[in-house]
Amino acid sequence: MSAVLHPHGHVAGDHDGHDDHHGAPSGWRRWVFATNHKDIGTLYLLFAFTMFIFGGVLALMIRAELFQPGLQFVNPELFNQLTTMHGLIMVFGAIMPAFVGFANWMVPLQIGASDMAFARMNNFSFWLLIPAAVMLGSGFFLPGGAPSGGWTLYAPLTLQMGPSMDSGIFALHLLGASSIMGSINIIVTILNMRAPGMTLMKMPMFVWTWLITAYLLIAVMPVLAGAITMTLTDRHFGTTFFNPAAGGDPVMFQHIFWFFGHPEVYIMILPAFGIVSQIVPAFARKKLFGYSSMVYATSSIAILSFIVWAHHMYATGMPVTGQLFFMYATMLISVPTGVKVFNWVATMWRGSMTFETPMLFAVGFIFVFTMGGFTGLILSMAPIDIQLQDTYYVVAHFHYVLVAGSLFSMFAGFYYWSPKWTGVMYNETRGKIHFWLTMISFNVTFFPMHFLGLAGMPRRYADYPMQFADFNELASIGAFCFGLSQVYFFFFVVLPVMLGRGEKAPQRPWDGAEGLEWEIPSPAPFHTFENPPKLNADANKILA
Amino acid sequence: MKMKNLIQKLSLASMTMGVLFSSAAWAVNDLAGGPAVLQLNLQPAATKIAEEQAWLHWFMLIICTVIFVGVFGVMFYSILKHRKSLGHPAASFHESLKVELAWTIVPFIIVILMALPATKAVVASKDTSNADLTIKATGSQWKWSYDYLKGEGEGVSFVSTLDTAQRELSNSGAKGASVDNYLLLVDNPLVVPVNKKVRIITTASDVIHAFAVPSFGIKQDAIPGFVRDTWFRAEKTGDFYGQCQELCGKEHAYMPIHVVVMNDKDYSAWVQTEQKKMAALNDDPSKVWSLDESLKRGEKVYATNCVACHQPNGKGGGAVKPLDGAAVVLNADKNKQISVLLHGQNNGAMPAWKALSDTDLAAVITFTKNNWSNKTGQLVQPAEVLAQRQ
Repeated sequence: MSAVLHPHGHVAGDHDGHDDHHGAPSGWRRWVFATNHKDIGTLYLLFAFTMFIFGGVLALMIRAELFQPGLQFVNPELFNQLTTMHGLIMVFGAIMPAFVGFANWMVPLQIGASDMAFARMNNFSFWLLIPAAVMLGSGFFLPGGAPSGGWTLYAPLTLQMGPSMDSGIFALHLLGASSIMGSINIIVTILNMRAPGMTLMKMPMFVWTWLITAYLLIAVMPVLAGAITMTLTDRHFGTTFFNPAAGGDPVMFQHIFWFFGHPEVYIMILPAFGIVSQIVPAFARKKLFGYSSMVYATSSIAILSFIVWAHHMYATGMPVTGQLFFMYATMLISVPTGVKVFNWVATMWRGSMTFETPMLFAVGFIFVFTMGGFTGLILSMAPIDIQLQDTYYVVAHFHYVLVAGSLFSMFAGFYYWSPKWTGVMYNETRGKIHFWLTMISFNVTFFPMHFLGLAGMPRRYADYPMQFADFNELASIGAFCFGLSQVYFFFFVVLPVMLGRGEKAPQRPWDGAEGLEWEIPSPAPFHTFENPPKLNADANKILA
Repeated sequence: MKMKNLIQKLSLASMTMGVLFSSAAWAVNDLAGGPAVLQLNLQPAATKIAEEQAWLHWFMLIICTVIFVGVFGVMFYSILKHRKSLGHPAASFHESLKVELAWTIVPFIIVILMALPATKAVVASKDTSNADLTIKATGSQWKWSYDYLKGEGEGVSFVSTLDTAQRELSNSGAKGASVDNYLLLVDNPLVVPVNKKVRIITTASDVIHAFAVPSFGIKQDAIPGFVRDTWFRAEKTGDFYGQCQELCGKEHAYMPIHVVVMNDKDYSAWVQTEQKKMAALNDDPSKVWSLDESLKRGEKVYATNCVACHQPNGKGGGAVKPLDGAAVVLNADKNKQISVLLHGQNNGAMPAWKALSDTDLAAVITFTKNNWSNKTGQLVQPAEVLAQRQ
């Protein structure tokens, strides 16, 4: 039996008879009217995976076109639609909702809360995603095709787009509203619903990182909403915020966009740090080296993320002082990020390590994400960035932090927690195959892009000088292998555990794992912690 | 087991395919002043600034690699030795204020030390004063126009577009072709003298473009409604190439920047011929053209400016409207089409072509009114365009 697909009864002794109406609803009502944090978490994760595949198919169309110089499969207009939609879908449709899915499942379980604070708002924030995704995706079928101005939506190019730009803007509004509601829910849950004894500084790292992320989301999603609303009124209601023909300022759009966009980058990576900070100690069988310094590092990163936005804009022609300020501020972020990496390594040091799939993905994350961190440091230097801005080096950099960062951590998190979600163990051999395929094909795809960028190949190009052909070919081959690896993951790892096929999972499948989620049976019962648990002094065990 | 085999076969097959393609089809050579085949680093520098950037990049790369190898050396040592399978027991140490302070403060100092040499380069690259030659580069969808504003060559101005044959080669899939300057060759390159400080002022007429030449170490967004600048002092003569680096619509990949650096003598000669050409091109807008003359001129204007979107057959495609058989083109009221060309249409999807001369506009309208299946016999004179401009 699997907690993901099948309703199941209560743990004996938890309930009196009169609580029966409280059981899991069945059929479509269970999902459409879902108020249970576990069901909503599952919905979020499935939605995110669907969008991940959609965005991935777009990416493969891009890579197919770039396999050789010349235009073979798509025209330049469609190419721009593909790059734009790939970016928007992966950022707003895949990564962000997936982390909210993880938060829904794990935050209440980890702090000993019975559910999320606002169960119906939770339902609403999920179901807003569906119309948003339909509006965004339907752009391809509107006259003029999908938005093609890049996921950064720079004005005044967006003012030239067809009607799909408007539906895209509305879709982003909905996604933003959903994120804000989700964040409010997470903050209130964490601040108000912790079990007695679970003080802030005893919370698991994943909960900490999500608490900080949720504040970032509430701070910046309205900024994005403002920027795209101004774009919308420029397009239709005669305003000229960004339209230079009437005195508007297109650079102002970039400032507003990146004031949202840079914290957004950390919104997509902080929960990843949280997941990895849970997994590394579990498989090293050793406490996290510096818990409080991890919390402080996460907070510093969040605060610094608000003062570095214009490092995306060195080439707009900022004054010297501006370039210098943003260069120094950006380089500073590498300090708390370094603290995190050192912490993970120190946690592993002299541990008693085993390398099941969650640990493989966590170590893979640290290794490859750090490369992305270093290229970020190199890009932060204004004089080098003048060479690399808007080239494939940047594409390589952000895929190293978003794919090898966010996505790898989510794979790690899935392998780590899916026994708790579904009640069955995934197949370890298949997990390892998935890891190695993903890891190798990822690097084959994105490592050569550093060279392309250094050599000067601009991004968002449908066709390129023939000297760039060899590395593009290699990247395309890698991309198709990467895509196939994820199909394998779904059919050979995810689907079996969702259907409940596999060894029965014990309550605590990993011997080094600590935390309240491992104090309840596998699969997690439909309702957990209906009465606040009594916790030990470290707040990681329930006292009988 | 079966799965593993299958995957092995698949990857083997794709690898062989990759090798076949790369060795057979693209016998392309390195391009001096542009990218090289399998190039791993920045393009060879032709200015001090680019040299400085290359130095900084090496400097950063080496420091980062040393730190990377150090940190991951420790991690992989730990991964190899501190395993449960080797019977390594888990230690219980955690939290150490000393260690944590050290690994916060030391990276902080390293970061500051890294930033100091970069600071010098930032200041140098932003100093555009005392230029010998000032050129305005205007980006528009999808070409660059250059106006020589100050210095030798003042008054010269021309439009630079991608070679039409290369654009068509791209559309046809570029099968089997190997062109060294593919997508980099233009009709009228930007010409500058060697060892002179050249200030480039950038702006744009529609959306944001970016003027970039990697071997000069410059990249500056060209922003509509705003004027920005950058500079270079090329130390070598020859051809240098760059491409637009800010997404500017569908032909983004097809608006290269080609700079020819000449010695002083050649440059002066070039300026003289260019000025003569300018005088000759300075068409009298009151001249009355014959249909034949106008058609010939119009065909050229069409090939340079219109063909990218409207296609050689005039059928357009996607959001681009066809000209062949279009009501506006066939309309007996010539002013309708003149107005579209002067002011654009559909929010700039059809851009405004005000920048072209009256003669060019008249000629291209005449051409479209009498080409393909359009046989109106109408002839548009420059004076008619001029009248609409007011």
